[in-house]
Amino acid sequence: MKLRIDSTRCQGYGECLPPAPGLIDLDEWGYARLLVVDLTDDQEAAARAAVDACPNTALRLER
Amino acid sequence: MTVTVIHTPSGGPAPVLGPSPDRVEDLASYLARGGYRTQVEPEELLARVEAAGLRGHGGAGFPTAVKLRAVRDGAGTPVVVANGEEGEPGSVKDRWLLRARPHLVLDGLLRAARITGADRAYVYLSDHAAERSVRAALAEREPGLAVEVVRTEPAYVAGEESAVVRRIDGGPALPTAKPPRVFERGVGGAPTLVANVETLARTALLAASTGRSGAAQTVLLTLSGGRGAPVLTERRYDTTLRQLCATHRRDEPSAVLMGGLFGGLLPLTVLDLPLERSRLAEAGTGLGCGAIRFLGPDECPVSVAADAVDHLTAESSRQCGVCVSGTRALRDTLAALAEGRCDADGLANLARWAQGLPGRGACALLDAAARLASTLVSGFPELVDDHRRAPCQACAATPPEAGRRLRVPVPMPVATAAASAVANLARPCASAGVG
Ligand code: SF4
Ligand code: SF4
Repeated sequence: MKLRIDSTRCQGYGECLPPAPGLIDLDEWGYARLLVVDLTDDQEAAARAAVDACPNTALRLER
Repeated sequence: MTVTVIHTPSGGPAPVLGPSPDRVEDLASYLARGGYRTQVEPEELLARVEAAGLRGHGGAGFPTAVKLRAVRDGAGTPVVVANGEEGEPGSVKDRWLLRARPHLVLDGLLRAARITGADRAYVYLSDHAAERSVRAALAEREPGLAVEVVRTEPAYVAGEESAVVRRIDGGPALPTAKPPRVFERGVGGAPTLVANVETLARTALLAASTGRSGAAQTVLLTLSGGRGAPVLTERRYDTTLRQLCATHRRDEPSAVLMGGLFGGLLPLTVLDLPLERSRLAEAGTGLGCGAIRFLGPDECPVSVAADAVDHLTAESSRQCGVCVSGTRALRDTLAALAEGRCDADGLANLARWAQGLPGRGACALLDAAARLASTLVSGFPELVDDHRRAPCQACAATPPEAGRRLRVPVPMPVATAAASAVANLARPCASAGVG
C-alpha cells in the first residue's frame, strides 16, 4: 500500500500526526509531509488511522 | 520594442521551423511539402516514434511512445489534446508554431488520434493569434474527426496536464493531485493524451519521412538575455550551450537560466554541455520547454533568481498550502539576499527548503522555485557570500518584478493572401470561449 497526500486539500490541521507519528510530520507552516510513501504491512494500521483522522480527506491509501 | 528574431541555422536541419518560418503555412503549402498525405499504419508510426526516441517538448520530456501506448491501452475510448498553452514567460516556440504551422500540428494530432484510437481531439491554447490560425486551418481542411478548440486564460500552470483536462471538462485551468495521471483518467474520465504541439509536429514529420529521419534530432529553442534581441531557433541536440550563446550574442554571459524556470540557474561551467537530455540531467538540469536565458553582464544571478521566484510566487494557483507558504518564503529570502540583508539563518533555510519542498505540491511549480534557490546557492557560492556582506548594485537596479524582464515577445508570421481570406471567414476569436 502507498500513502498519498492531496496537497490541495491539506489545511494543516495536524490531526493526522498523533495516529501516525513515524509516517507523517508537520512542516514549519503546519502542513503534513509524508515521511513514508510505500508502507510496510505493520505500518498500514497507523496510516489508515491517519487517513481517518484528517477532517479534510487530504490523505489516501492506494494499492 | 524588441522583436524576437527567427534564426534558421545555416546548413543544419530545421524541420519544424521549415523553409519559411516568418510566413503562415496554408494548406496548399503544407500539402506541397508532403503534409497529411503519407499513409502510415498507426503501428508503423508508433514504431518510428519509438525508434526516433521522440520525447515530450512541453517540459517533462517523457518518452512519447510510452505515453501513446499507455493512452491506447487504457480503459475507454481515448481523447487526444494538442497542448499549445505556453506558460513559461521565456518561451515562444509553441505559440509561434501554432501561428505559423497550424497544419503541421493538426496533422500530428490526427495521427496521434489514430495511434491511440481516440474519437475526439482538442487544441488547447490561450494565444489569440494562434487560435485564429488554428481555426483557419480547420476551416481549410475537414479533419475527419471532431476537433474542438478550447481557449484558456494564460497562466503559468494552465498548460500543466491535469489543469488542461480540468479546463476542457469545463472547470478552472488548475492542476489536480496525482495520481490519477491524465493518461489513466483525463477528459471526461477517458484515457487522455495531452501532447505538446511541438511533439505533435515532430510526430507528423516522422509520418511524412521515409527511412531515417531527422524529425526528432532537433529541438525548438527560445534564447534570451542580455541586450540583444531574443532568438527563436531550432538546433541539433549535439549543439553546445556555448554555440547557442554565440548565435544569440557576442559577450560572455554571467549565468544560464535553463529550461524556462524549471532547469535552475547555472554557472558558466555548463557552457560546454550539449543539449542532450541525458547530459543535462547528469548536470542536474534540463531543457524543459527549450527556453534558455543567457544572463547579460549587467544581470546578477541573485536578482534573476529572486525575480523568477517572484514570478512563480505570483503564478502559484494557491491551491496547496505548502506552495503558498513555500514560494513566499523562498521569494522573501531571495529578495533579502538581493538587498544584502540575508543572514546565516536565511541561507540555511534556503538549503533546507531546496531539499524538502520538491515533490510536495500538486504540480511542479513549487519544485521549480526550490530548484532556482538550490542551484543559485550551490552554483554561485562566492557571489551569494558577497551578497551577505554588501548590497549589490546590479540587484539594486533590478528589483524583482514578477518575472516581467523574463518575458519574450512571440514572432508574428505573416499570412499569405489565401490564408488570411479563410481566416476572415473563420469564427472570430472574441466569440469563442470553450469550443
Ligand atoms: S489532518 Fe489532514 S489537513 Fe490536517 S495536516 Fe493532516 S493531512 Fe493536512
Ligand atoms: S503546487 Fe502550487 S501551483 Fe501547483 S497546484 Fe499546488 S498551489 Fe497550484
